Amino acid sequence: MIENGTTQVNAAAAPAQKPKRPKPKSMQMLNEQTTALFENARLAKERGEKVGWSASIFPQEIAETLGLNVLYPENHSAGIAARHQADPFLQECEGPLGYSNDLCAYAKVNLAYASVLNNESEVELPDGGKMVKPDFLLLTNNICNQLTKWYENLAYQMNIPIFFIDTCYNPCDYVTETRVRYVRAQIDQLIKDLCAFTGKTWDDKRFKEVMKISQRNSYLWERANNLMDHKPAPLSGFELFNYMSAMVCNRGKISSTAVLEQLNQEIEEHIKEGNSTYPVKEEYRISWDGIACWPYLRHNLHTLKQYGINMVASSYGKAWAIEYEDLDGMARAYCFASTNGDNATTMISRRMEALKKFDCEGTIYHVNRSCKVMDCQMMEVQRQISAQAGIPFTSFDGDQADYRNYSEAQFETRIQGLVEVMKQNKEAKMNG
Amino acid sequence: MYTFGIDIGSTSSKAVILKDGKEIIAHQVISLGTGTIGPKEAKEQVFEEASISPEEISYTIVTGYGRMKCDYADEQISELSCHAKGIHYLLPTVRTVIDIGGQDAKALRIDDKGRLIQFQMNDKCAAGTGRFLDVMAKILNVDINDLGPLSEKSNHPASISNTCTVFAESEVISKLSSDIPLEDIAAGIHESVAKRVAGMALRIGKTPDVAMSGGVALNIGVVHAMEREMECPVLVHPLCQSAGAIGAAILAWEKFTKEKVR
Repeated sequence: MIENGTTQVNAAAAPAQKPKRPKPKSMQMLNEQTTALFENARLAKERGEKVGWSASIFPQEIAETLGLNVLYPENHSAGIAARHQADPFLQECEGPLGYSNDLCAYAKVNLAYASVLNNESEVELPDGGKMVKPDFLLLTNNICNQLTKWYENLAYQMNIPIFFIDTCYNPCDYVTETRVRYVRAQIDQLIKDLCAFTGKTWDDKRFKEVMKISQRNSYLWERANNLMDHKPAPLSGFELFNYMSAMVCNRGKISSTAVLEQLNQEIEEHIKEGNSTYPVKEEYRISWDGIACWPYLRHNLHTLKQYGINMVASSYGKAWAIEYEDLDGMARAYCFASTNGDNATTMISRRMEALKKFDCEGTIYHVNRSCKVMDCQMMEVQRQISAQAGIPFTSFDGDQADYRNYSEAQFETRIQGLVEVMKQNKEAKMNG
Repeated sequence: MYTFGIDIGSTSSKAVILKDGKEIIAHQVISLGTGTIGPKEAKEQVFEEASISPEEISYTIVTGYGRMKCDYADEQISELSCHAKGIHYLLPTVRTVIDIGGQDAKALRIDDKGRLIQFQMNDKCAAGTGRFLDVMAKILNVDINDLGPLSEKSNHPASISNTCTVFAESEVISKLSSDIPLEDIAAGIHESVAKRVAGMALRIGKTPDVAMSGGVALNIGVVHAMEREMECPVLVHPLCQSAGAIGAAILAWEKFTKEKVR
């Protein structure tokens, strides 16, 4: 209504704003940790120290032992995508930089971001350039083979070295000893090369301390994930995705121990009180296969919430629970860390275990346009798991960072169809 | 007792009134989908045909792409479950349903009660959907309803290799300019759709009998191409286009009687 030339808002007509749930302490600690990660890298750069960028499942403990500041392009791109800031980077990458639309969108966002840092592009950086320009790159191919070309281009573009460990694909259900020796030899050489390049000194005692912290963090992360087996699950499953940065970027840090101890404590309190951060009644428990669809996480959650679906198990987050006790163990563990480095038998048995443990009634497969390797095996995994576990599934097209590869209506129909089958199964079970 | 099922698709609206969960007393198909006057017209015409008023309806279920926009239904259910139920009513021996809609394609495995067990849907692409056929019919300057009979005259189907609708459009134009007969191009288009959909359908297997549902099932050229690709007979019921609305009306009846018992 307009009165005296000014617009008046009818307060009675405006919907009351739902009060926001205060952030749990663990999340506040996590945010502080993330801020510190970027700030420390910036300060190191200012002091003239060398700062690195690293693949997400590189043996972080090496950099931590050497006291190097390292940032994580995959994690950073995911954050940009989740905040709906990816578009100018995707356009820049596919346009002036000349990359293919078919590339991984994490790579597309990061290559464009790097180009800005290198004064070759003029996209406005929404975070003010907190991902400081690297002096070296740390790379493993255990999670993704495209990373090698992505990093090669970064190295060429910025004229910086790559420290690379070829972690091998695992055709067997275990890592063979020859592979362990091959990877271990590379780790030994990499440590020497990295020390020479950065001027840092390797200290075995410090390494043992870092390894101990890393093991404790892996244990706490795994434990937090495993506590989702309670009914109702103590958390809204998607929340665990948010805590992944503690493992991806800070696995060897004591600050992650504090975050994860706090998280575990909060989860235990929820269990004790029989409540959950999941905002509605948990009607269905499902597992999520594939990387989060970051640009539409909110839409995913909103749709699932309409039917009371809680994502209680995920193959994705647990990839960072890496357990080992020495450098040989490190070589073995990092060969066997990710779905993309494992054969189908290993993948299927891990998922079957999870479905049973978390009492899942269905699975949602994210057919991620960014990750062709993961998609390649997904159809067969769906078929075998559905046959073995006897639970329904649905899949949807999406992307970990490219918002253009998703249809809200398609997602909604698939989820509704899945619910209708799960409901039928539930009723059949109740009626004997 | 009457129940009402309405399937608001992306390109058409289908409405069905069912008596006592068994007898279809009226059905209407309007070639206008969600966001148009199609759903309203389908509703008005089906009530006129049935000679009853909306107040006499005990329960209404809406399905289809535009289901979220319907404000008068008692419930909305996905087209997956509705097509499963509808085809079971029309063709009770069917266990595998292939539904090609205006903007998606789906393969359903159903049980002996018409309940959905498993499903697969097309990816985020118009290939293998009714929209693909609409675009192609327009380029050929052929009425969409004539595309099937036309393709049946072909002895040498043209190869349409592009799965992308936009690229396939260019490919068809190029074939037209090369004087390839219309019937051969039409047959090639149907083969292209069938290959795409069969590839998806075979992921859930082909438990017999296999049937096609939805408006595209009325295209005899696509049905025959599907039979070749699936290597099995594909059943089609004359009311296949209304299968979703029929299923919605049946589910409405089941829901109403179940709630009444309670």
